[in-house]
Amino acid sequence: MSNFDFSVLFGGKAGDGIRQLGQLWARLLARRGLRVFLYDDYPSLIRGGHNFTVVRAAEFPVLAHRERVDLLVALNAFTLEKHRRTLAERNVVLFDSSTFEAPGIGVPWSGIVKDLSAPPITRNTAALASAARILGLPFEELAETLRRDLPKATEVNLEVARKSYELTPPPPGRTLPRSEGTVWPTLFGNEALALGAVAAGLRFYVAYPMTPASSILHYFARHGETLGVTTIHPENEIAAILCAMGAACAGKPAMVGTSGGGFALMVEALSLAGQAEIPIVVVECQRPGPSTGVPTYTMQADLDFVLSAGHGEFPRVVLAPGDAAQAFHLAALALKLAWHYQIPVLLLSDKHLSESLFNQELPLVEVPRVSFKSWNGEREYRRYAVTGDGISPLAFPGDPRAVVKVTSYEHDSYGITTEEPEDIVRMQDKRLRKVRGLREELDRPEMVAVEGDGERALCVWGSTRGAALEVARKLGLRYVQPLVLEPFPETTLRKALRGVRHLVVAETNATGQLARRLEAHGFPVEEVLLRYDGRPFTVEDLERRLYGVSP
Amino acid sequence: MSLRSEKDPLKTYAEITWCPGCGNFGILTAVKTVLKELLVRDELHRVVLVSGIGCHAKIVDYLAVNSFYSIHGRVLPVAWGLKMARPELLVIGHAGDGDAYGEGLAHLIFAAKRNLDLTFVVHNNSVYGLTTGQFTPTSPKGFKGRSTPKGSPESPLNPVELMLASGATFVARGYAGRPRHLAELLRQAFAHRGFAFVDVLQPCYTFFNTYDFYNKHVREIGPEHDPKDFESAMHLARRWAYTYEAEEIPIGIFYRVSRPLYEEAVRVPEREPDLAAHLERHHR
Ligand code: SF4
Repeated sequence: MSNFDFSVLFGGKAGDGIRQLGQLWARLLARRGLRVFLYDDYPSLIRGGHNFTVVRAAEFPVLAHRERVDLLVALNAFTLEKHRRTLAERNVVLFDSSTFEAPGIGVPWSGIVKDLSAPPITRNTAALASAARILGLPFEELAETLRRDLPKATEVNLEVARKSYELTPPPPGRTLPRSEGTVWPTLFGNEALALGAVAAGLRFYVAYPMTPASSILHYFARHGETLGVTTIHPENEIAAILCAMGAACAGKPAMVGTSGGGFALMVEALSLAGQAEIPIVVVECQRPGPSTGVPTYTMQADLDFVLSAGHGEFPRVVLAPGDAAQAFHLAALALKLAWHYQIPVLLLSDKHLSESLFNQELPLVEVPRVSFKSWNGEREYRRYAVTGDGISPLAFPGDPRAVVKVTSYEHDSYGITTEEPEDIVRMQDKRLRKVRGLREELDRPEMVAVEGDGERALCVWGSTRGAALEVARKLGLRYVQPLVLEPFPETTLRKALRGVRHLVVAETNATGQLARRLEAHGFPVEEVLLRYDGRPFTVEDLERRLYGVSP
Repeated sequence: MSLRSEKDPLKTYAEITWCPGCGNFGILTAVKTVLKELLVRDELHRVVLVSGIGCHAKIVDYLAVNSFYSIHGRVLPVAWGLKMARPELLVIGHAGDGDAYGEGLAHLIFAAKRNLDLTFVVHNNSVYGLTTGQFTPTSPKGFKGRSTPKGSPESPLNPVELMLASGATFVARGYAGRPRHLAELLRQAFAHRGFAFVDVLQPCYTFFNTYDFYNKHVREIGPEHDPKDFESAMHLARRWAYTYEAEEIPIGIFYRVSRPLYEEAVRVPEREPDLAAHLERHHR
């Protein structure tokens, strides 16, 4: 059964613990050796509304969810109403028979919780147990996951689970296979990104909460002690980036994270980083805008913004990972590049990448690490010494041999203010010289993901990777994904697209920002597939749209 | 060429461009007095000055010590980051009144609330000098500046009162016209463990010359005041509300107490984490 591919949709209202339910299910299946992907859909509400999570499990690697689901687990009647049409032919519906009637298999989850005087939230454990039972999963495996992932309330959850498991009928059809192979780690995009930065040598994470970046802050707040990362939640985004830059000037790798609106507030400091040559990594987790937009949904609409954010001209790097493994690797690379070149580096993520759960091995070996040109202690220290590659050696305050003068003003090589025309040109040229090195380092095959060699190519960036890769494989298209968007890897893309007659670009925004960038670099784009309803492309959706452009 | 001037190890080669008679000279003198002591004790390399933007900010160009010439209103977050990263540093922020009480007000209140271990010196001249004479958060009501030709309709903020209310653990006011007294205040502020706030009355010779007024009214706080007594500090702070009328303007230390430091609660030890073990434990 190597083509086993099974999707479960868990739905209920906010406050029902749907997200946790999905996560437990995903981990349970990952521990069986299956490959999983979790997509979470929730409105910006604390209670009420409609939440759902889709967990797809397969015997092959999956990076995207499907519209069609095989099992629908409904904690309320609305879930059934809303998602019934997405059910596959041989589907199963599980629902809470204590609260509503529906066609399918009812289990009295609320009743069980009440009988056991368990907290109302444990109804999600009851639902989880029914799903496990209906797919023939041994109870002990479920119990093991509850013990590991709910250590605080294991006992009561185990009781609820056992009761619900007993009251659920045995499998009517397909059962979950078990693979004896590797158990791959499960990580949300944001968690992988956080760990990548840690692997490169991160010491400070500073952030003001903003969806969908907040979970990076939560992760560091929880694990900072073991990871050696001091985590700060300051008064606003302006303080966040400047505090991080202060730490960087004292020699400690620092990163900040936010979404578009928060990044707008950081732009003043981004320009300061450009002028003062401060290494800083900014994670921008996009969501639909403009302004507050649709806070808990996804969009790839801030590319143009991050490419040109900041007054004045200064070099920057923009990286866009598309799955957890790429998020890990590119976060590490971001920190390395920021420090090597003493520039701001932007990591462009979005809700779909940040808050989806991936099941991938992280490239722990050969991870890029922070290193920098450090001052050799000879002659008097000049913070902004003019060099051939534009990179001045670093020393830090506290070094008894050096006086380190960092500045937002135009300056001479010591960091003293200057307004002389020759100095202005010399310093601007010095900073911009770094672009040469950056191009050499980033316009390379590793920075453009390519698969297949069809004459039709599907080009995407960031989180559209999952659905696009799967569709490209299925339809025999050439898959092309630049991991770096600034400096634009023009030469590498030219090679990657050699022989392509029909270039299709898919992205989740309304105007085709990558497509525009490709065309500006002389790549003719035949077709642009845009989705901008706040939802990511699903596999089926992208396939349908591609058939529409079949030659 | 060398950064340090030949005659004075604290001075750089930068030409001083403050107007003759500017109150900033008095502040520079006071700061140098204390830095000289640090130089003698071979601790000068621990010092980092952080400035904002405005006439005050040029002070970092004039002193041959570590510095971060930041942007308007953003002195404190930069200073905070430096201190968090290297607790052994002696971080001294310099800001103007527009900088500290206008653009950067939120940062100031939070720095006090957190008790960051920093010194923050405000060059308070109640006018924007470098942008040629507009009113600021501490200008008196009726102040005629280039943006308020009919007189400012706003009442001034009282930063001493504000800092006491925000939880600062060291609150002082100095006067640029008394550099020796100011140097003593700075010495105490640098030595304080926690957030040390010093508002310095600094006449702007060109746009708001307040020398005569301050010379007439400032009074040094005497030993009868107990700086541990919050209520009497508040009382003293309210004696003068930064209006252009006064019987007396107290200068000296209003308040000084000790409270736990922010950085000690938040900073975690650096380490090389075992990521493989972390993944095994939390993600498999
Ligand atoms: S404008 Fe005022 S504050 Fe600025 S240098 Fe001149 S006197 Fe000093």
